[in-house]
Amino acid sequence: MAKVDVPEGLWMRCTGCSKMIFRKVLEENLHVCPECGLHYRISARTRIAQLVDPDAFEETTLRLTSSDPLRWQDSKPYPQRLADAQRETGLADAVISGKGYIKGRAAILAVMDPTFVMGSMGSVVGEMVTAAIERASDENLPLVIVTCSGGARMQEGLVSLMQMAKTSAALARHDSAGGLYITVMTDPTTAGVAASFAFLGDVIVAEPGAMIGFAGPRVIWNTVKTELPAGFQTAEFMLEHGFIDRIVPRHALRSEIARIIDYCGK
Amino acid sequence: MAETPVPRNGGPSPAGQYLEFEKPLARIEQQIAEMEAIQASSGRDHSELIRSIRAQLMTERRKIFANLSAWETVQVARHPRRPLLPHYIDLIVKDFCELKGDRNFRDDKAIVAGFGRIGGNKVMLIGHNKGRDTKERIDNYFGMAHPEGYRKALLKMRLAEKFRLPVVCLIDTAGAYPGIGAEERGIAQAIAVNLLEMSRLRTPIVCVVIGEGGSGGALGIGVGDRIAILEHAYYSVISPEGCAAILWKSAEHAAKAAEALRLTSKELKRLRLVDDVLREPLGGAHRDPAGMAATVEKYIVETLRDLKRVKTDTLLRRRYKRWREIGSYFEHLESGGEVRPRVRAAARAARPVPAVVPAAAVEASRVVEMVKST
Repeated sequence: MAKVDVPEGLWMRCTGCSKMIFRKVLEENLHVCPECGLHYRISARTRIAQLVDPDAFEETTLRLTSSDPLRWQDSKPYPQRLADAQRETGLADAVISGKGYIKGRAAILAVMDPTFVMGSMGSVVGEMVTAAIERASDENLPLVIVTCSGGARMQEGLVSLMQMAKTSAALARHDSAGGLYITVMTDPTTAGVAASFAFLGDVIVAEPGAMIGFAGPRVIWNTVKTELPAGFQTAEFMLEHGFIDRIVPRHALRSEIARIIDYCGK
Repeated sequence: MAETPVPRNGGPSPAGQYLEFEKPLARIEQQIAEMEAIQASSGRDHSELIRSIRAQLMTERRKIFANLSAWETVQVARHPRRPLLPHYIDLIVKDFCELKGDRNFRDDKAIVAGFGRIGGNKVMLIGHNKGRDTKERIDNYFGMAHPEGYRKALLKMRLAEKFRLPVVCLIDTAGAYPGIGAEERGIAQAIAVNLLEMSRLRTPIVCVVIGEGGSGGALGIGVGDRIAILEHAYYSVISPEGCAAILWKSAEHAAKAAEALRLTSKELKRLRLVDDVLREPLGGAHRDPAGMAATVEKYIVETLRDLKRVKTDTLLRRRYKRWREIGSYFEHLESGGEVRPRVRAAARAARPVPAVVPAAAVEASRVVEMVKST
């Protein structure tokens, strides 16, 4: 699976085509391999920098931290895991939200980060996403959510699962109010996030090769005991089966989003 | 949040009658049976003795079931003889009129829907059906629904909305079916749409978890005005086996995972994730299905009586608020590190955490202490 951003060193071997690529070239190419087109996972900050016009993002200043309702401990206590992730990523949790301009069009954005506890959704992601949706409705602005997540966050148990309903309920109101919602699915968009706000976009676009699905491939394999079809649970698979509108390469995302916003008159 | 596919409720076997922790009860029950046999064959009166053994059985049962571990609870919830949707339909639904099909792909038997009367209320009943015998279980994928099951459920809910019938959902599934077809037909999308539409369905919705509340597969028919759970049912973001496999690299740690997930009715009530817990007959619902069904019926009738009195707009406002408030986190405001703990879930479980802003974390702990002491 594609790694996040680019590892240390001037040169690196592409995990897609195994060719040696110059790190700087990859970065300038929006972290897409110039040889094979593999879309590397990128952090939420990098994503916002790529998507939004220069200096045109005003981040929501809310800083929320899970209160660890289950008092969870696996290999380390959950608060410790959060603190480590916060230190490593500089984020409060697995999402950044705010108001930004994409090719001059104002929008409310929520962008998930794949590195923060696998981009999983607990109380904080649920609240931040819900608040972003409500703000989009209140200010009558289009909503753009960039998803990448392993699903609901186990460490918060059923509290996490119920964030699926919470975010979906907010989207119901946004929909009833005539608001536009564009989902950008990136690698990976799975489980509880796929089965809630990710698949509720009025328009759903996905990056090429992104893994998109509900159950994990290993779980499925364990159930059906047959080989999974080639390209199973990819963006291309979802397009073929009619569950997303378009596959959009990273370079074209800004103009595609702007175009959709224009068509919807928002 | 992946589902574990292991088919459960795998059919009654002689050993399946008693769970491991119920073995002491089995022994006492056997003693009673033996004494009764001796009494019958000898003609002598042992009724005094039998009465005392029965009393012992009751005491033992009460003791065991008052202190079930999370993992034992999961086993009771999956008990091969636990009452399933068809039992509740037989016991509390009058004049059930099943409505099949999603008008699109096929009829998914893992989810049953239909008109029915519960205590004088005309309702739309929807629920998972694990199946009562081996054939039914296989036909029903052990109650693990495909996308068409969720789409059927939504279609029938819309019908209920149109004719102002309240919706009653009985939840009992290990999870949505993790298969190729399910993914091809958009299981994630089907569940997502149900969450959205149920949140704004213009008719009362009452949900009761009667056995297993298996993650997204349960939530897919689980958004409503009131959520209740039976005493020994469970509701979890992931199966204990799945959680153990991911975090402890082995499904054998399922008991540990079950404990950590806080998936029992008692914990979920404490976390305020469910509204009500329905007491089970002593020894679990399977010891007295009729008694259990009566409790469920009473709950549905009373809840519907309350909800039907509320204007639809108010009902929807309250439903939104109910779900909107779920979450448990600290809030650090940028200005001067002021902290407000916002807790719906887990008011009592909240504790200070090492936070982004160290000063704020200290503040948070103080506020939480204050919240606790008031």
